[in-house]
Amino acid sequence: MADIQTSIVTEDKDTQEGRYLIFSIDDESYGIEIRYVTEIIGIQTITGVPELPDYVKGIINLRGKIIPVMDVRLRFKKEPREYSDRTCIIVVDIMGMSVGLIVDSVSEVVTINEADISELPYIRQGYQNHYVKKIGKISDEVRLLLDCEKLLTDEDVESLNEVL
Amino acid sequence: MPGIFNALDFTASILAALSGSLIAGRYEFELNYLISFIRPRKYFIYVIYVVYLLALNGKSKYVDISIILMFKILWTVKKMADLFSNDAMLEMFLFEASQLLEQLEQVVLSCETRQHYSEEDINEIFRIMHTIKGSSSMMMFNGIAALSHAIEDLFSYIRKEKPEKYFSSDLNDLILTCIDFIKIELEKIRNKDNVDGDPSELVEKIKSFLAQLKERGFNVPEEKNEEVINYFKAVLYFEDGCEMENIRAFAVVHNLEKIAYKLVYYPADIIENEKSVETIRREGFQIFIKTDRSKEEIQEQLVQTVFLRKLQLPVVDEKAFAESLQDRENGELVLSENSVKKQEENATAETEDGGKTAQVEKSHTETEQKQNVGDHHSTSSAQSYISVSVAKLDRLMDLVGEMVIAEAMVIQNPDLQGLELANFHKAATQLSKITSEIQDIVMSVRMVPLAATFQRMNRIVRDMCRKLNKEVQLEIIGEETEVDKNIIERITDPLMHLVRNAVDHGIETAEEREAMGKGRVGKITIEAKNVGSDVHIIVKDDGRGLNKEKILKKARENNLLTTDEDSLSDSEIYRLILLPGFSTSDKVTEFSGRGVGMDVVAKNIEAIGGSISIESEKNKGTQITLAIPLTLAIIDGMNIQVGKSTFTIPTISIQESFRPRDEKVIVDPDGNEMIMVRGECYPVLRLHKFFGIETEVTNISDGIIIMISQDERNICVFADRLLGQQQVVVKSLPEYIKRFKKISGISGCTLLGDGSISLILDIANLVHNK
Repeated sequence: MADIQTSIVTEDKDTQEGRYLIFSIDDESYGIEIRYVTEIIGIQTITGVPELPDYVKGIINLRGKIIPVMDVRLRFKKEPREYSDRTCIIVVDIMGMSVGLIVDSVSEVVTINEADISELPYIRQGYQNHYVKKIGKISDEVRLLLDCEKLLTDEDVESLNEVL
Repeated sequence: MPGIFNALDFTASILAALSGSLIAGRYEFELNYLISFIRPRKYFIYVIYVVYLLALNGKSKYVDISIILMFKILWTVKKMADLFSNDAMLEMFLFEASQLLEQLEQVVLSCETRQHYSEEDINEIFRIMHTIKGSSSMMMFNGIAALSHAIEDLFSYIRKEKPEKYFSSDLNDLILTCIDFIKIELEKIRNKDNVDGDPSELVEKIKSFLAQLKERGFNVPEEKNEEVINYFKAVLYFEDGCEMENIRAFAVVHNLEKIAYKLVYYPADIIENEKSVETIRREGFQIFIKTDRSKEEIQEQLVQTVFLRKLQLPVVDEKAFAESLQDRENGELVLSENSVKKQEENATAETEDGGKTAQVEKSHTETEQKQNVGDHHSTSSAQSYISVSVAKLDRLMDLVGEMVIAEAMVIQNPDLQGLELANFHKAATQLSKITSEIQDIVMSVRMVPLAATFQRMNRIVRDMCRKLNKEVQLEIIGEETEVDKNIIERITDPLMHLVRNAVDHGIETAEEREAMGKGRVGKITIEAKNVGSDVHIIVKDDGRGLNKEKILKKARENNLLTTDEDSLSDSEIYRLILLPGFSTSDKVTEFSGRGVGMDVVAKNIEAIGGSISIESEKNKGTQITLAIPLTLAIIDGMNIQVGKSTFTIPTISIQESFRPRDEKVIVDPDGNEMIMVRGECYPVLRLHKFFGIETEVTNISDGIIIMISQDERNICVFADRLLGQQQVVVKSLPEYIKRFKKISGISGCTLLGDGSISLILDIANLVHNK
C-alpha cells in the first residue's frame, strides 16, 4: 500500500520535477529546487535576536508569521554586503520549517533535465562545497544546485561550538 | 502499483468467499458518509467503484455485498498500512463521540437529580447511543459498537413502552459504567493503543436488565415503594464473649444491604470505632430497615447470623422511619440514638413535620419542571454550533493582526501627509471601526464557556460521594464565564483535583457534620467570574478547613520549611501545601493523598500565567482561588527600547520604573552593579550588555531602570527608554531559531502596531540567572 502513497506524491511532484529557482551571489549562480520555495519577497526590516550565529540575521514579520532569515552570503563565508533594492528574501519551507534566505538577487526559474545534471567532481572540500549537491548545465552556463536541508542543518554542530 | 493489485486480489478473494454464503441482514451505511471517508485515498475509490459497478451489473443482491466489500477493503487498508492513524475522520469521530458522551452524562445525571426519565431524556439517550453505534461500527471499533447497540436496544424498548414516571438508579449506574468504558476505549484510540476492551460483561448486564424490564414491567419498583414497603427495627444481641461484635454487625449490614432499600443503623461507626464493640454488647446492634421483603424473610436472614443470642424484630411505622431518614432520598444514613428516642416520644409533632416536607417536595418538583424546560431549550440551541479547528482560528487571528497593521500603513501613509482629504478620512474612520470590531469578534470566537468543564465536576462529586459515603451538594456559579480555548484545556485537571480534595479532605462525614451543628449535607461551590483581565475560579467547601498545625508538622517532617515558622502568616502556611511532596492526608485513598496533587495543580496554573490563593477557616471551610488570564495569546506588556531593538516586558512582573541617579549605583570588585532603592540593594542588569546590543545610552543616569520581580526576587533592568504599554499578541520564536541553543532571556516575540517585531523578555530566566 505504501507504493500507492509514494506514487500519489510523485504525481503531485511531477510538475515541479527538475525545476530550479536560480539566484545569484556575487558572480555565481545557484539553484534550489522549486518545491522548497514558498515565495520571494523584497528585503524587510529584520529584528536581531541575540546569541545566534552571525549568518542568522534575525526574524522578520511575514504577514503575521514570524520567520527567521539567514544571510546566504555569510553562510557561504563571503564578505557581507549592504542590502539593496535587488536584495531578495527567498522563503523556503524545509522539513516543516519556514526560513528566509537572503540572496543578492533572483533571476529565473529554469528546468534542468536529468541528463544535464552531473555529480560534483571530487575536489578538496572547500567551504562552499558543503551545500552544493550537484551541478546543472543550461546550454553552456553552469548552475550550482544547493542541498537545502544541509543549508539548515549541516553546520548546527559547528555553530553550537562557536557559541559555547 | 502492486498495492492496487493486492487490494484487487483481496477483493476478489472476498468476493469468492462471499458469493457462496451471502450474509443476510441489512447494513446501515450512509453511502455518502462512506465516500467522503475514502476520498483522500484517490486510488482506492477506483477500486471500490469498480467493485461497486461489478456488483450493480450483476444481480441486485450484490449491492449488499459490495457495500460490505468496501468496508472490508477499507479495513484491510487500515490494518495493512495503518493509514488511518492521522485521518481527519478518526479525529472527527473521537471529537464527536466524546462530545456525545459528555452530553449523555449530563442527561443521565440530571435524570438522577430529578429521579425521573422524561420522554425527551429517553429519546436523547437513544439518539446519542444510536449515533455512537453508527459511527463506531463505521470506524470498526466493534467493542464500542456492541455496547452502544445494547444500550440502544434497551432504550428503544423503554421508548416504545413509554413508562410514566420511571426511574432506576441501577440503570443509571449501568449507563454511567458504560460511558466510562467507552471513554477508556476512546482514550486508547486517541493514544493509538490497542483497542482491546471487552464489553461482553456489560452487554450481558444490559441484556439481563432489559429482560428483567420486559418481565417485570416498569412500575414494579414504584408499587413496592408505595404499597408493599415494610419497615422494621431490628435489635441484635450477640452471644457473650463472641468477640469482634462490630465486624459481625458489619457483616449483617452488608447482607441486609442487598435486600433493603434503606438501612439505618446504630452504632454508626462500627468499623472505625473500637468502642462500638462495647455499645453493641451493652445495648445490642440496632438496625432500621426499609424493604419490600416480608418480616419472615428478614427474620430468616437475620437468624442466620453466627453467635446470635437474641433478636428483636418489631414492625415500625413508616413515619418513624421516614423521620429517621430526615427526608434524605438516598444513601444509607446512620442515626444517633438520641434522635431515634426523640422520634418515639414526639409522635404528635411528626405529623406537622411530615406536612412541611410534603410542601417542600412540591415546590421542589416545580423547580425541576422549570429546569427541565431550561434543559431542553439548551439542547435545541446547541444545534446551531459548528466546530472549527483551532489552527484555523489561530490563522484567522494572525490575519486580522496583519490587517490592523496594513490598515495603519494605509491611513498613516507618508504619501498622504499634508493633503486635505476630508472624504478619505471619513472612509478611513469607518474602516478602523470595522477592523477593531473584527478583532474583538475573532478574540471572542476563541473564547469557550466554562460550563462543560464545570459540569464534569458533577460526575466526580457524585461518584466520590457514593464511594466515601458522604453527602455533598455541588453548586456551580458563573459557568457561562468564557476563557480562551487553550486555557480551558489546561485548567480541567487542576480543577478536578481541587474538587476531589474538597470532597475527600474538606467535607466531613454526615455524622461529624451533625455533631458540629452543621447541616448533614456538605456544600461545594465552584464559581467563575471576571475580575479585570483575569478570570477567577473559586472552589469553596464548607468542610473542616485546613489544619495549620498539621500542615506545619508535615512541612517540618519533610524539611519544607525554609524560614522560621513563627514568622509565617496564615496564608503562607496554607501555601505550603502547594509544595512538591506534600500531602496532609495520613491515609492514601483512591482519590487523593499521594502527595503529588497540589504541587501539580500549582505548576499547571503557573504555566498558564495564573496564580493560586488559599483561604481557610477551621471548621468553616476552605476557599481556593485560581486567578487565570483570559487568554494565553494576549498579554499586557511594556515596550522598552535598547539601541535599535524593542523588547516587551509583561506588565504583571513590573514593580516600578524610575530614572536612577549615578550616586546610587554601587559597583563591586567583580564589576557587578547594584542599586539602592529605599534602603534595599538590587542587582542591575544592563540589557544592552546582556544581549550585546550597541546603544548610545550607557550612562546609568541617562536611561531608565525597570524593577521586575519573579518568585519574590527582584532585579533592576536597565534600558534606554520606555516606549509605552500595550496589549500584545504573544508568538513563539520560530522553530529554526529555537534549534540553536535556548536563547536565554527571551520567551517569545510579538508584533507591534507598525509591523515591527519586539522580543518578549523571559522574566523568570533573567531573574534567576542574575
